[in-house]
Amino acid sequence: MYPNGNIQRYQKQILLKEIGEEGQRLLCQASVLVIGAGGLGCPALQYLAAAGIGRIGIADFDVVEISNLHRQILYTTEDLGVLKAEIAAKRVKLLNPAAQVELFSERMNPQNALSIIAAFDVVIDGSDNFPTRYLVNDACVLLDKPLVYGSVFRFEGQLSVFNVLNNGIKTNYRDLFPEPPDPSEVADCNEAGVLGVLPGIIGTMQANEAIKLITGAGKTLSNRMFCYNALNNSVYELEISPNPEAHKQIPDNPEAFRKMDYDWFCKMTADDFTDIDGPTFDQLRQTKTPIIIDVRNLNEWPKVTEFEHLRIPLAELEQNLDKIEPNRPVIIFCQTGVRSVTAAHLIAEKIQTQAIYNLKGGIIQWKSKL
Amino acid sequence: MTIKIIAFGKIADILPEQEWKMDGVQTSGALREQLEASYPALKDLRYLIAVDKKIASDDSPLEDHSVVALLPPFSGG
Repeated sequence: MYPNGNIQRYQKQILLKEIGEEGQRLLCQASVLVIGAGGLGCPALQYLAAAGIGRIGIADFDVVEISNLHRQILYTTEDLGVLKAEIAAKRVKLLNPAAQVELFSERMNPQNALSIIAAFDVVIDGSDNFPTRYLVNDACVLLDKPLVYGSVFRFEGQLSVFNVLNNGIKTNYRDLFPEPPDPSEVADCNEAGVLGVLPGIIGTMQANEAIKLITGAGKTLSNRMFCYNALNNSVYELEISPNPEAHKQIPDNPEAFRKMDYDWFCKMTADDFTDIDGPTFDQLRQTKTPIIIDVRNLNEWPKVTEFEHLRIPLAELEQNLDKIEPNRPVIIFCQTGVRSVTAAHLIAEKIQTQAIYNLKGGIIQWKSKL
Repeated sequence: MTIKIIAFGKIADILPEQEWKMDGVQTSGALREQLEASYPALKDLRYLIAVDKKIASDDSPLEDHSVVALLPPFSGG
């Protein structure tokens, strides 16, 4: 009856009439892809594994660092520097040895997203940047996959279920936020700060929505967005209505999707700087003696010892522009290539340079190819 | 005619309070204009306006006791 695990493991949830043996069977046969094994992904993965989800996909290309540990609770001090997807997979298998786990330790992009997502019943968005959120949203619309959206900012969280027919209506991220914010508006957990429990709460609620989608229990947040404020426990819910104008932005076939540039759509690239990849970065280092700037916070891991560079955290960049010699080529990097874009825009605005380059994928991607 | 406004995320930093009341605004478009005039930082932000828990367009009318929410997207994960 249960392809994975014995009945005693799930006994207490089988007792619930909304789940029962049939619900448990559905959970054991279901597959869920969790995109991002960070603040939202960690608790979601724990509860999906515990509930008996048969196949779990983990998509994350980042490594564990110490400032993750207050909120990304699958990881310990012994895991610093290791790929999150690897550790998360290990912990999920420990929680439930019968779960089949698949790892995707590459960045989601228009070339791989459709084939990765197609293989799963439900997708949970635990990513930490807008280009990925729009990319995953559009892929799920194209493939008609339910997408459990969650996001956090300081003490506040947002939660919704996209792409699920309810009262004849289906809605998605584009109906809520048709236009992405400017990179300068964006503050991720590294810049804005976040209390550890908050993604814990929202990520767990994402697992809850996935469980309800799979078992049919209760009511999900399809066509609604739920907002929670952990500082004062206020909640707010709104109804999402379809926005036909916004839908026109969604590529309507796989070929069109593969041609999309979500970084460009979110204005993460610009005319005032050039994105470069690892090999180009190495070449520039050797041939041009550029000024290289690391805009991460000073305590972020991994440490970079392979080449000389300036360390100016993004929050202090504007006050330290005098440290950057003008009329030289400048290369900027951060952890994953998000903050460095904001830095690039700022430097382009304020200093005369020979050229500005942004290391796409950040130091994480560069180090992974070493 | 009095409406209540609730601000989320960064918008609550820009506006003087997280929740407050306002008089004499007829549509959500007019509200947006008035807020952006008083708090120009809002002009650079993208956010949705919901009136009584439904997403509003600029010409959505406001009524006495309408509750208007200003919600920016979050990206944190």
